[in-house]
Amino acid sequence: MATMAVQIAGSVDGVPLRIKLQRIERARKLKTFAFVLPLLLFILIGFVLPIGRMMFNAVHDDGLLVLMPRTMAALNGWDGKDLPDETVYAALAGDLKLSFAQKTAGAIGKRMNYELPGALSEVISSTRKASTLSVGPYKAALIEITPLWGQHEVWSLLKRGASAYTAFYLLRAVDYQYGPDGQIVASPPENAIFRDVFLRTIGISIGVTATTLLLGFPLAYFLATLPRRSSNLLMIMVVLPLWTSLLVRTTAWVVLLQQHGVINDTLMALHVISQPAELIYNRVGTIVAMTHIQLPLTLLPIYSVMKTVSPSYVRAARSLGAGPFYAFWKVYFPLTLPGIAAGCLLTFILCLGYYITPALVGGPADQMVSSLVAYYTSEELNWGMASALGVVLLTATLLLYYVFNKLVGVERIKMG
Amino acid sequence: MAASLYASPMERGWYYLHRLLCGAVLLFLIAPILVIIPLSFNSVPFFTFPMPGLSLRWYEEFFLTERWQGALHNSIFVAVSVTLLSTILGTLAALGLSRPNFPWRAPVMSVLISPIIVPVVITGVGVYFFYADVGLLNTYAALILAHTTLATPFVVITVSATLMGFDHSLTRAAAGLGAPPITVFFKITLPLILPGMITGSLFAFGTSFDEVVVALFVSSAEQRTLPRVMFSGIRESISPTITAAATVLILFSLTMLTTIELLRRRSERLRGIRNT
Repeated sequence: MATMAVQIAGSVDGVPLRIKLQRIERARKLKTFAFVLPLLLFILIGFVLPIGRMMFNAVHDDGLLVLMPRTMAALNGWDGKDLPDETVYAALAGDLKLSFAQKTAGAIGKRMNYELPGALSEVISSTRKASTLSVGPYKAALIEITPLWGQHEVWSLLKRGASAYTAFYLLRAVDYQYGPDGQIVASPPENAIFRDVFLRTIGISIGVTATTLLLGFPLAYFLATLPRRSSNLLMIMVVLPLWTSLLVRTTAWVVLLQQHGVINDTLMALHVISQPAELIYNRVGTIVAMTHIQLPLTLLPIYSVMKTVSPSYVRAARSLGAGPFYAFWKVYFPLTLPGIAAGCLLTFILCLGYYITPALVGGPADQMVSSLVAYYTSEELNWGMASALGVVLLTATLLLYYVFNKLVGVERIKMG
Repeated sequence: MAASLYASPMERGWYYLHRLLCGAVLLFLIAPILVIIPLSFNSVPFFTFPMPGLSLRWYEEFFLTERWQGALHNSIFVAVSVTLLSTILGTLAALGLSRPNFPWRAPVMSVLISPIIVPVVITGVGVYFFYADVGLLNTYAALILAHTTLATPFVVITVSATLMGFDHSLTRAAAGLGAPPITVFFKITLPLILPGMITGSLFAFGTSFDEVVVALFVSSAEQRTLPRVMFSGIRESISPTITAAATVLILFSLTMLTTIELLRRRSERLRGIRNT
């Protein structure tokens, strides 16, 4: 019957029904896609593109190429073994004169200073002196001006600058750098600050995740076993902090933990302590405030999984002779593991990116990767470094999010 | 579940210990927020109890000085614009995504949700360079657009959730009775998804109203928002006016929470989902 109908319908205007249906289907798909398109374009242009460009900054740096075009061109013929020959020095003298005239010496010096601390002042003074040179030979004259231009290390740095792409920032972000001959070596201790910050970020995140789990699991269990009416009431106490402005919560902790804040004064009035305890601008304050902010987010997934665990499982285990703790540990706890995984992963992912809270209640030794990204962007103006640190942070976050998505599914994120 | 009569003393001990711990955790969650409210009525600029007297001077400062009022106005203006933009964009996208024949749903959804996954500092730095390039840095437009990217995922998520239980035979019935698509949308679809839309738009409003990191990067003192003023207030010297501002914000979030809970109940009732 069906095939007959298809044949009859298809024969009316000569186009087979299958093709017609396909056309209609395609038109419908386009129509539904048109609904999503405005937002998709908005996010792609206003979010994905800017972040992609920032990530690109981590490997792309044409500063020296633009500022010293002649030297960079001349260096293409240099074999990298001994010092370059006179033609390269002549090009360098030309570039230095130009940069003195255009006042770009600071930019060149700053870029070189990233890899060779102390180069900034040398470069600036040498452009001023080089502007007086009129005839060659330049090689001896420039080395005479400053020994900087006679160092092989400087030339291998400049040679790397001839390419617009560099791994320097990414290497620095994991505490490696280029050695004098262009090989990759571990950074000296005074430069090797980033691995510490990453370890600290991971350490604080693990600490906060563990604390929220320790505090959240018993409370979630309590709320899940209460009758609906009273659990709803207590749930308000969990959800209200989640809804309160982040800055309000941070303000509250500053007020509570200050040297002459509520907690210290109360403890001193009760004669528990005689001196105000150091509760803020250190690790204690950071962990306490972050735990307070993250606790509802760890608790809620655990709670919603616990709600689905039927109490008859534990009862069955008990009636089969298991003790209360054995029944809890062997039957109830494994059933709540998906909630624990979801809650802890969510908290851990969010902790990695914390910026405001450590900045306000932490000390200098509690700043996390995000603070460094902000610092390099707005204070140091070293955007390559900011981007490289951002790349590491973003990669870690996205990998963990991928795991979270496989485990929980983004569709199941619920609000409120 | 009370401690049963035939429980062993050990079990009973655990039972009360557990209750005690839960009480302490709940106190830990709620106390900081509650403590700040009475302190905002303190007559002296200190943050300790007992308070020597009550006064409204910090509220006076909050509601009458240009620094705080300007910030409040900016915040409301930006947040309302963000809410309008993100509700329209997000609802449209959720409607498209909910169709059964939508192509590449999973990758598109990941892109649309990504602004709430990426650490906010990275977003801040990224959009800072972007708006510097297009010449929008330190304008209201930059702040509104940047906040809209952060807020729209919440609208997409909430409206999608509402649409998940959506009975498509209702729209088909309306279409079958001769209603054109526009009428179907306004008479059938919109009233049903409205609670989800309002919840989403409240989330969007809250996101923008509470956002500080991106605001620090893309706006200047002229577009200062309330969170920005609070941030610099806590950073420099914490003035009790902040506690008054905080109290106002707590009241505000209480109102939002209540509204969302009422809407959730209404939506469940409308869609015929019954609570057990």
